[in-house]
Amino acid sequence: MIPELGTFSLILALLCAIVQGTFPLLGAHRNHGHWMNLARSAAWSQLVFVGLAYACLTVSFLSHDFSVRYVAFNSNTQLPVIYLISGVWAGHEGSLLLWALILAGWTGAVERYSSAIPQEMRARVIAVMGLVSTGFLLFIIMTSSPFARQFPIPLEGNDLNPLLQDPGLAIHPPILYLGYVGFSVPFAFGIAALLAGRLDGAWARWSRPWTLFAWSFLTIGIALGSWWAYNELGWGGWWFWDPVENASFMPWLVGTALVHSLAATEKRGVFKAWTVLLALVAFSLSLLGTFLVRSGILTSVHAFANDPARGVFILIFLSLVVGLSLGLYAWRAPSVRSTLVTSPISRESLILINNILLMVTTATILLGTLYPLVMDALGLGKISVGAPYFNSVFVPLTAPLVLLLGTASVIRWKQDKIKRLLWILTPVLLISFVIGVLWPVFNMPHYSSVAIFGVTLGVWTFATAVVGVWSRTSGGNRWRRLRNTPSSFYGMTLAHVGVGVFAIGIALTSAFSVEKQVRMAPGDHQLIGGYDFRFDGVIDVRGPNYLAQRGVITVLKDGLPVSRLEPEKRTYQIQRNPMTEAGIEAGLMRDLYVSLGEPLDDGRSWGLRLYLKPFIRWIWLGALLIAIGGLIAGFDRRYRLPSGIRNRSPSTVTTPSVGI
Amino acid sequence: MIDRYPTFVSRVTISIVFVLATGTAALATEELNFSQAPYESRYYRLINELRCLVCQNQTLADSNAELARDLRLKTHQLIESGESDDSIIRFMVDRYGDFILYRPPLRMRTMLLWSGPALMLALGLVIFVRTTGRRTHPKPTLSTGEQQRLKTLLNTPQKDQ
Repeated sequence: MIPELGTFSLILALLCAIVQGTFPLLGAHRNHGHWMNLARSAAWSQLVFVGLAYACLTVSFLSHDFSVRYVAFNSNTQLPVIYLISGVWAGHEGSLLLWALILAGWTGAVERYSSAIPQEMRARVIAVMGLVSTGFLLFIIMTSSPFARQFPIPLEGNDLNPLLQDPGLAIHPPILYLGYVGFSVPFAFGIAALLAGRLDGAWARWSRPWTLFAWSFLTIGIALGSWWAYNELGWGGWWFWDPVENASFMPWLVGTALVHSLAATEKRGVFKAWTVLLALVAFSLSLLGTFLVRSGILTSVHAFANDPARGVFILIFLSLVVGLSLGLYAWRAPSVRSTLVTSPISRESLILINNILLMVTTATILLGTLYPLVMDALGLGKISVGAPYFNSVFVPLTAPLVLLLGTASVIRWKQDKIKRLLWILTPVLLISFVIGVLWPVFNMPHYSSVAIFGVTLGVWTFATAVVGVWSRTSGGNRWRRLRNTPSSFYGMTLAHVGVGVFAIGIALTSAFSVEKQVRMAPGDHQLIGGYDFRFDGVIDVRGPNYLAQRGVITVLKDGLPVSRLEPEKRTYQIQRNPMTEAGIEAGLMRDLYVSLGEPLDDGRSWGLRLYLKPFIRWIWLGALLIAIGGLIAGFDRRYRLPSGIRNRSPSTVTTPSVGI
Repeated sequence: MIDRYPTFVSRVTISIVFVLATGTAALATEELNFSQAPYESRYYRLINELRCLVCQNQTLADSNAELARDLRLKTHQLIESGESDDSIIRFMVDRYGDFILYRPPLRMRTMLLWSGPALMLALGLVIFVRTTGRRTHPKPTLSTGEQQRLKTLLNTPQKDQ
């Protein structure tokens, strides 16, 4: 009964989405108030019905209704409650339902917090989101219903994939999707503005907070995925350049470009058409990511060809969205007039370089991800494009970005003097370099140019952040100026500091990590980077739905125990394959990391992998700072003022428009 | 090489099915001794750049598959027998094809892959120069004929005043 209610709700939600996607759009076109007003009720009812369907699936999981094939495939009666709830998004069908729910949620939020936006614009935005939702709900109902029943009903479920039984991965997908799907908001604003032929600064101001929120969630989502891989896969790494990772990273890079170019468009009226294009591309790449991950094409081109129904649907949907939006762009964008960039020494010019580098990086990752697929599909042979390729092209493209980012904190809009910038920044760069050289000397075991480079860049971002805040608040009462500085400036500064923390983390981890595969019998010692790892043996433990062998390793420094690590090798009762759970002692300066391998022939010894990972926490800490910075900027008061006051804000009045 | 290929392919297919069905994430370890310290770092670098052929997307270092274990031991053995990195990579490619390398070799058909980033960066540079190089107020340019006419117009006294 409950699963049928779920299906029924989905169909009702689809009908609401169709109404939401059509009438408000026509209403805005014909200036028909009642039709535009439909946007509101349609959006809310759609949210209610998708929510109801989602609740039905959750109830089916909690009540172990194994007559529902999806529930039987992704859970069993021994599963802890948290994984019953997160099991809803463990597979293809449920992830899509979560996607649809989050899309409906963003739509509701836009509807709720956009009362200051003209009705016509709002109707168009909600309608575009309704059209996207129509596509997804159709996809779920036609090819991927999570409510399909099966007979005979199994007595026990198949269990949740053990890889997913980890708190990090339980919350990773919802946060990631908040980001992915959140890009549908700037996308919808972009399409609405193109339809209306009104691409002004107001458009950029409306889109900015939404873009910042979506982008921050995506940042946290990707970081969580990386953190999970580090904890769970036992390989000591944090990023593999796997196509699935790239699929989430590409929209992030474009989103980063978008966040910056929106700022330039809002403040100075430059790059208007380009900014809209970025909004369209960011969401298109989110859809492409879904296509790559969900169609099975990544596993093999042939797997995709064997079961094409889903893949073909997404492919058609993707082509429709990308084709129609780019078509609309090509039709409307040529008539957009932007302010011109008058000087290469200006903040808008730096933002342009930022955008170019980020887009080249995105295109490079896209190239590397699709190249083997295309070669295979054309019968040109199989190749692998992995970390060595991506690292060697990624670093040269992004390191200049970090240098620019420091400059951005002091450079002026419109026109600045190179002499002034050199006067302020040269000493800062020198100091950063000196600290970059000295830090590894004092802190690290050996010389490394990677470390010097990374630390220099990191310190450079910290120092320029301080200089930026200082110069912005000098003149007059500093305390008052500090308070009056908008939170978007502090958000930007914090995010930039986050990039520095991230860069230091990457550089020190990759330069000084130590890895060792060893054979150890109880009582054996291994010395790694000044830490003495003592193997104390293996004990059996029983978890809620698994049995585990738990290794016990005591880590000593200078003869004193500093940590006790307990890596596990788990065997889940239903899906009997062994899983590793690394034993990690986390620290701001270094992680001690052990994973348990196989028992060896003599019955006493075990294969172990021991790692020392300096500063690896800084990678996720940096990502967290970036995301918090984005959220702070998104909550800037300026975006929440009623429209009358907003229009008098100095940034719009003083902007000289030089249209050509 | 040719007659070995079919068996290799079927082995890959079977193992892919297996790996996907079970989704193993167990860890590979074996005890190895290195006669020289640099050998050890070379070994870890190599097995982190070579692909486990029967897994979905894992390096030799991370994979627990039997083939990966064999290839790790082979790598170790080749290093210990004094082979250079290049010759070890050549050995692997001769046996298993370019697929085993996570760093795709530079060939005719990977040309676009390796040159793509530079080409796109060049395009970006052109865009930058064109965007920032435009003048806000282009100076009016008149042809010589037009300048002549302008001169005469300016010099001609107006009759109707």
